[in-house]
Amino acid sequence: MTSEILSIKGVSKRFGGLRALDDVNLNVRQGSVHAIIGPNGAGKSTLLNCLVGRIIPDEGSVTFDGGSLLGHKPHQINQAGIARVFQTPEIFGELSVMENVMIPAFARKDGAFRINAWSRARERGAVREEAEHILDDLNLWDQRDQLVNSMSRGDKRRLELAMCLVQHPKLLLLDEPTAGMSRADTNNTVDLLKKIAERGITKVIIEHDMHVVFSLADKVSVMAQGTVIAEGTPEEIKASPKVQEAYLGGAHL
Amino acid sequence: MSESVMTRDKNMSKGMGRSPAESHAPKGEGLRGFMSSSRSDYLLLAIFALAILTMPIWLAPIGAGYPDILQKFAIFGIFALGFNILFGFSGYLSFGHAAFLGTGSYAAVWMFKLLSMNALIALIFAIAVAGVFALLIGYVSLRRSGIYFSILTLAFAQMSYNLAYSVLTPITNGETGLQVSGSDPRILDHMFGSPSGRGTPDFFGMELQGWPGFYFCAILLILAFFLTMRIRNSTFGLMLFAIKSNQNRMNYTGFATRPYLLAAFVISGMYAGLAGGLLAVTDPLAGADRMQWTASGEVVLMTILGGVGTLLGPVIGAAVMKYLEQIFSSFNEGFLHRAFDFLPSGLQDFMVTIVSPFVGEGWHLTLGLMFMLVVIFLPGGIMEGLRRVSGRFKGDRGAADTAAHAGH
Repeated sequence: MTSEILSIKGVSKRFGGLRALDDVNLNVRQGSVHAIIGPNGAGKSTLLNCLVGRIIPDEGSVTFDGGSLLGHKPHQINQAGIARVFQTPEIFGELSVMENVMIPAFARKDGAFRINAWSRARERGAVREEAEHILDDLNLWDQRDQLVNSMSRGDKRRLELAMCLVQHPKLLLLDEPTAGMSRADTNNTVDLLKKIAERGITKVIIEHDMHVVFSLADKVSVMAQGTVIAEGTPEEIKASPKVQEAYLGGAHL
Repeated sequence: MSESVMTRDKNMSKGMGRSPAESHAPKGEGLRGFMSSSRSDYLLLAIFALAILTMPIWLAPIGAGYPDILQKFAIFGIFALGFNILFGFSGYLSFGHAAFLGTGSYAAVWMFKLLSMNALIALIFAIAVAGVFALLIGYVSLRRSGIYFSILTLAFAQMSYNLAYSVLTPITNGETGLQVSGSDPRILDHMFGSPSGRGTPDFFGMELQGWPGFYFCAILLILAFFLTMRIRNSTFGLMLFAIKSNQNRMNYTGFATRPYLLAAFVISGMYAGLAGGLLAVTDPLAGADRMQWTASGEVVLMTILGGVGTLLGPVIGAAVMKYLEQIFSSFNEGFLHRAFDFLPSGLQDFMVTIVSPFVGEGWHLTLGLMFMLVVIFLPGGIMEGLRRVSGRFKGDRGAADTAAHAGH
């Protein structure tokens, strides 16, 4: 087997009487784009929350880059190399675009906590340069001084992606990066994600749009009712009767 | 590896020759004026220092040109500056900062009693003790955020207040308050043969009463302002603003937010300790009423009145509030009768009856009304008012543009 950067084994999570995750097993290969699809309520977002430390699973293990992720706080998991794009962009609305991108870059330079109350933030040249390159790459350079709250929805999503990329993550988690986007915006996002794919960052992507999934993913896992029901290349998944059934609602019976 | 890929072509095109120093565009600044140049910062500092030091001249026409009230402006300006580092920068509203003000006063008076009447020693000790106290209270209170954090700080401050009156009377001297007396040991003063007979705090021989007292406080206010400005523009300051904006994102971005908040809490507690120490320096007496919740509420009002999160706002808010307190609480019925002298006597009595609850002891009623008006019509405080006015003068640049320049 080639090296696996992320390995999820037997993860289960209950919310009261609801089995949100039921013995989930998933392996993500280094450098691959791994898509997770499935109907609403299948447990995709819950699984992602387990990866970033928002939810602690009841059972099972999550191993990333040789170490366990369980029991670590969100900031420790990020420092270990996992960055996440949220379904609704989590960004600093009252700050400028440039500041938004510099902050995650500081997380890499200064670590989780460091009091640097004297030197001027804008004069931290290395961080600034890195932020400038990312803004350039994602076509946000012209908006660098704009307040984030005044940006369009698509630009906000692009900014959040920039904030993750500036950290050079080992693993990038994307939660429905094209949800609620127009066809044109979706296509732009797909192009952007393909461009990023060249950088060799491993990605786990949750997506409803099959067009996006099949044009990006190397491997697809299908989830339904809290568990993985099928796994394979995009072609295999397209042909699988099990998946058809899940999407047609058969699995709900 | 990914870094080299990422930077490859951009470095060739516009990336080259765009050094950090020259790349900032002055046109649109972030909300905090984070991209403001260091030159404009020093200009602001110079203007601020000049304005503070000349207060005796330009505040004389409105009846505030005497040292007692100007000292109060400076001391409460420091208190509000520090409070704003926590509330204005990181968004955490503490309702118990008076605890640190009171602690600073007690600590300073104890230094006067035990070691020396030298204000420097007293102030250093006041800052240190308030800092340690803030570390303890902050560590517990910051386990919660929002309203629960506010209530925890309020509870701690009220506990301190009650302890000062009960269990801790050996330290605080209870209701009488802690004072200096001729029989105090003052070890250092006696050692160096300079026992200050009258019990007046001094700064290496210069007695800090009257005008020297004011200038001492004023210089510390200017230093405190400078430090606040540096914090605001620093990486640490940026992190506090980011926490205020979206703490969730901060966590998922790899920052341990609680240590940042605790540091801000301790720093602002130390400012409060300095202010409390200065209160003791200008009048060597410390009482528990300084720790009461009304005093905590006062600094919240000062900050909001002046402009939350701005640099100058809290200082202006503190001065305006202390000035109005002085004016309105000095009015009495006799004064009102004279003021409404021009009216026929029946109407005169009527007016006095209406207005008198708002002055003298009841000046808090006026304060409450004023606070309501500011919060409803000018949520950004006096600073927002000033910006709107200057925006008018500069012509119609649009509200959004002026808001984007909400720097100082």
